[in-house]
Amino acid sequence: MPSRTVTIGSTSGLHARPAALFVAAAAAQPVPVTIRTGEKKPVPARSMLSVLSLGAKHGTEVTLEAADGDGAQEAVDALADLLEQNLDAEESTAS
Amino acid sequence: MTSLKGIGVSPGFAAGPVYSVAPPPELPPPTAVSDVDSEVARGRAALADVSADLERRARAAGDSPAGQILNAQSMMAADPALADAVEEEIRGGADAAHAIDAAIAVHRAAFEAAGGYLAERVADLDDLRDRAVAVALGRSMPGIPSPGHPFVLVANDLSPADTAGLDPRSVVALVTAAGGPTSHTAILARGLGLPAVVRCPDILTVVDGMPVTVDGSTGEVRVGVTAEEVAESTARETARRAALAASSGPGRTADGHGVQLLANVGSAKDLAGGLGDGVEGIGLFRTELLYLDRAEEPSFDEQVEAYRAVFEAMGSRKVVVRTLDAGADKPLPFITPDDEPNPALGVRGIRIAEKRPAVLRSQLKAIAEAARTTDADVWVMAPMISTPAEGARFAEECRAAGIATAGVMIEVPAAALRSAAMLRGVDFLSIGTNDLSQYTFAADRMCGELAELLDPWQPALLELIATCAAAGKAAGRSVGVCGEAASDPGLAVVLTGLGISSLSMSPRSVPAVRESLARYTLAECAEIAKAALAAEDAAAARSVLS
Repeated sequence: MPSRTVTIGSTSGLHARPAALFVAAAAAQPVPVTIRTGEKKPVPARSMLSVLSLGAKHGTEVTLEAADGDGAQEAVDALADLLEQNLDAEESTAS
Repeated sequence: MTSLKGIGVSPGFAAGPVYSVAPPPELPPPTAVSDVDSEVARGRAALADVSADLERRARAAGDSPAGQILNAQSMMAADPALADAVEEEIRGGADAAHAIDAAIAVHRAAFEAAGGYLAERVADLDDLRDRAVAVALGRSMPGIPSPGHPFVLVANDLSPADTAGLDPRSVVALVTAAGGPTSHTAILARGLGLPAVVRCPDILTVVDGMPVTVDGSTGEVRVGVTAEEVAESTARETARRAALAASSGPGRTADGHGVQLLANVGSAKDLAGGLGDGVEGIGLFRTELLYLDRAEEPSFDEQVEAYRAVFEAMGSRKVVVRTLDAGADKPLPFITPDDEPNPALGVRGIRIAEKRPAVLRSQLKAIAEAARTTDADVWVMAPMISTPAEGARFAEECRAAGIATAGVMIEVPAAALRSAAMLRGVDFLSIGTNDLSQYTFAADRMCGELAELLDPWQPALLELIATCAAAGKAAGRSVGVCGEAASDPGLAVVLTGLGISSLSMSPRSVPAVRESLARYTLAECAEIAKAALAAEDAAAARSVLS
């Protein structure tokens, strides 16, 4: 089963804008991906409310998983890469 | 055509159809669902409608904090897990409105339990619930309407939360049933340059879509106007704006006596469009914005950065920074006691610093650091000072932090009465007329029914201002006014006549004040001020100029 564990790179954590970007990216993937912190219950990555409820801060380790299938590894990798970036920094250069 | 009367609080003429802010829906008793599939469709459609509406408003707000919150809220409404939970509730026997309420309540509890940032987002979830429940019940969404074309916004009263996402391009005027000259509605309208009328209770009987004209000076709202009347109102506004645009340069009376015209700002964002020609600096830099909506104090570096952004934008001009003014209508979770029976008279403003000196010291150090690395002429003042001893202690703290010019706000009558003694310990005074009138008249600023007492033309208020101005003159110190009174073009003449040396207001109010000052010599201003002081009441004081 494709899986990646990464630390949150956004300075504000997986909140507001970073969470919105992540959830939008997850919804655009061809396969469902889940996200969890530690050994807690995985939640769907395309659910904004569930992702926010993780309360993941800057530096929190999160694990992304997807069921085996076409494009599953790519989807997990794309989302993992996104989480490792500082999505707040992108905001300040854009404005 | 009917004519309605209110109090004009922001000058200008506007015309358009009215649309009112709908109140949050109340959940009716649960109803039995006969057609479960269509009820599921209704529940899902309500969430989708709300999400689409929020997304549209997020796009309009752009990459601002308000825009980001709206975008996050839109994605919460679009959450497939939420729609599934709503469906599950309906299949379990609930109607769509109750299903939405129950499904969101689960997440609300989770957010509250998580604390910190998520607990602060509970209000967003509540707003989402109100919107989706209203749609499921077939009612208008609560909050600011967005009919898709310019309109006159009508409400009982407007709170800061109501207006965070207000789009000044589509709202042409504000009319409220409650509120007063110092209410949030009035302040917001002047900040946005929108004509506004408050205390107009009959406006709530006007149906959505009815065309009206609004006169923000006289407070007249004409209902059911013709196309000609609309055109006439528009022409008057165009002429008014042209006259204001023609005035320029620093503030001065007809005989050249200079009165600094300064701007009230909350952050560097307010400076994005420039302050306009002739604005000589910032007379009130409110620093609360940095602290609002936070569970903890902002870091030192974050503070330095926020202050520096404003100082840099002002070049070598004057910037008066007001230290944190928390409490009363601006509670902060990490600092404000939440068990006060009367917060306006409780531990707020500088009184917090006496209990929690570290917060003030860290803020003063950050201001000094930002000032050291920029060219701005930085002055610092404390809110809610009551005694000369408090003022002197604050000035010492400022000097210890390396700040050269330290002053105090005059908002408490006791401080105004002792302004001469106050000036022995501090460098300048700045009169906050909104709080000063609230405390002088023992009348809550937020209480629309007391609007007459809160009128800034009240002779008792003018007398306290005169006391401060005289103390400043005797000591050779600057005494300014930074309350909303400064933005009233007629009152600006009176204040100048009393000896006030600077007027700070929302930048959009500057042209009208400049134009008004230029019509009188200093001696005439002094005569007018004397007559206003001698008037029996606020209405008589106001009529001195007309």
